[in-house]
Amino acid sequence: MSAIKFTVDHEWLLIEGSSATVGISDYAQEQLGDVVYVELPEIGQRFSRGDNVGVVESVKAVGEIYMPISGAIEVINDRLVDEPELVNSEPTTGGWLFKITLDDQSDVSGLMDEPAYLEFIATL
Amino acid sequence: MTHDLDGSHSKNLFRTPLHALHETLGAKFAPFAGFSMPIEYGNGLKREHLHVRAAAGLFDVSHMGQLIIRGPNVVEEIERLVPSDITALKPFRQRYSVLTNEHGGIIDDVMITCLPEQIFIVVNAANVAQDLMHITERLPPNNSIELLEDRALLAIQGPSASTCLAKWEPDIAKLEFMQAGYFQIGGIECLVHRCGYTGCDGFELSLKDDEAPSLASMLLEDDAVEPIGLGARDTLRLEAGLCLAGVDFDADTTPVEAALEWVIARKYRVQPQTTPGFLGAARILEQLNNGAKRRRIGLISAGRAPVRAGTVLLHNGREVGQVTSGSFGPSFGGPIAMGYGESDLASIGIPMTVEIRGRTHELQIAKLPFVPTTYYRP
Repeated sequence: MSAIKFTVDHEWLLIEGSSATVGISDYAQEQLGDVVYVELPEIGQRFSRGDNVGVVESVKAVGEIYMPISGAIEVINDRLVDEPELVNSEPTTGGWLFKITLDDQSDVSGLMDEPAYLEFIATL
Repeated sequence: MTHDLDGSHSKNLFRTPLHALHETLGAKFAPFAGFSMPIEYGNGLKREHLHVRAAAGLFDVSHMGQLIIRGPNVVEEIERLVPSDITALKPFRQRYSVLTNEHGGIIDDVMITCLPEQIFIVVNAANVAQDLMHITERLPPNNSIELLEDRALLAIQGPSASTCLAKWEPDIAKLEFMQAGYFQIGGIECLVHRCGYTGCDGFELSLKDDEAPSLASMLLEDDAVEPIGLGARDTLRLEAGLCLAGVDFDADTTPVEAALEWVIARKYRVQPQTTPGFLGAARILEQLNNGAKRRRIGLISAGRAPVRAGTVLLHNGREVGQVTSGSFGPSFGGPIAMGYGESDLASIGIPMTVEIRGRTHELQIAKLPFVPTTYYRP
């Protein structure tokens, strides 16, 4: 079973069992503009929900990446080092940021499903 | 210029005469110096930046202040307010200079043109009120100063700018860098300057505000010309090593510290017998002869992380300065920054380090501009 969820910080999570792939939403990349630099956490680091784990920088702005759910960093998307623009061109596929191992699979409270997220961004 | 209050985007912001056109063109707006200004137009800042360097871009810079000063000896009067040679400026020639205070600090950077019986000055939007007061207080009563509130200012910048304007008026292409003239473009009277703030060849067009939307639309019909927002204007000027007022200098910074010695008139540099009469001359000339402690520098990085304004510069672990402007240079192809460092450490190639979010990044001092300028100097 997999499910895509969103946070109020405009991150998406593709949850597959006890792990989740994380990226920023199409809305977020659009707001940020041309991404020129992505700073990611190190593999194995553990973070709690809401911790600042990295940045996505455009020419004009610095977008903080927050841990969407408590867990440990399992893999990072190395391609973003040389191709940060993937965050713009493929925000929900090739522009993923990192994969995490969830501390607690039931800890998905407060995350939005896609229709709820689209409704949320329509209010912004 | 009509200062309509902008209710739709933010409170109490002025709009330029091109606001409706920007909306039609899909601009994203942001407040800048009290104006609601187009930041980019939907294809992205990087693409806009590269388009200017490759073809031509049209910028609305109507937020900037356009001043006319008239009266007896107006040239000499203005020359007392800047370190530059204004009396040597020929008619229809323009000069970049700085308005200084009594302590030699830069209160604004300006473009000054000698027109028949008047001086035309373009000042930064955020400094209009301050500059008006500064100049007015120092002019004799028989001189007059006027802020042209019914004029728009457009900039067309890039290698295709000249060909684009020449289609309307071939003689415009004969202007040289920092030269001005009055021309009709499609029946619209413009004061045209061959200048800009992008490092490219280009022009600035001053015209009646109610004619600005027609002129802008006409120029945008050219396939080479795209509308460009303030976002790309900022990365273009940074690549060209040009200062942003209030950011890369302030009223405590002298032209020597800002590495703008070249604006200081030659006649002041050759050991004058008496201290010249321009504002702040004593301190500026003292620094010119003996050096200043700090100096504006350019910085590049081997990595990809942009180094933003406010980042502290370290040399061998010691704090030696600070970044004032930092971004990613789309034509340069990497992070670029300007800042201030100790003059003794201001040579090209000197390494610096910065701490960004707990990580150390290595920079080195680089020459300005970061991208070669392409001004038209036949």
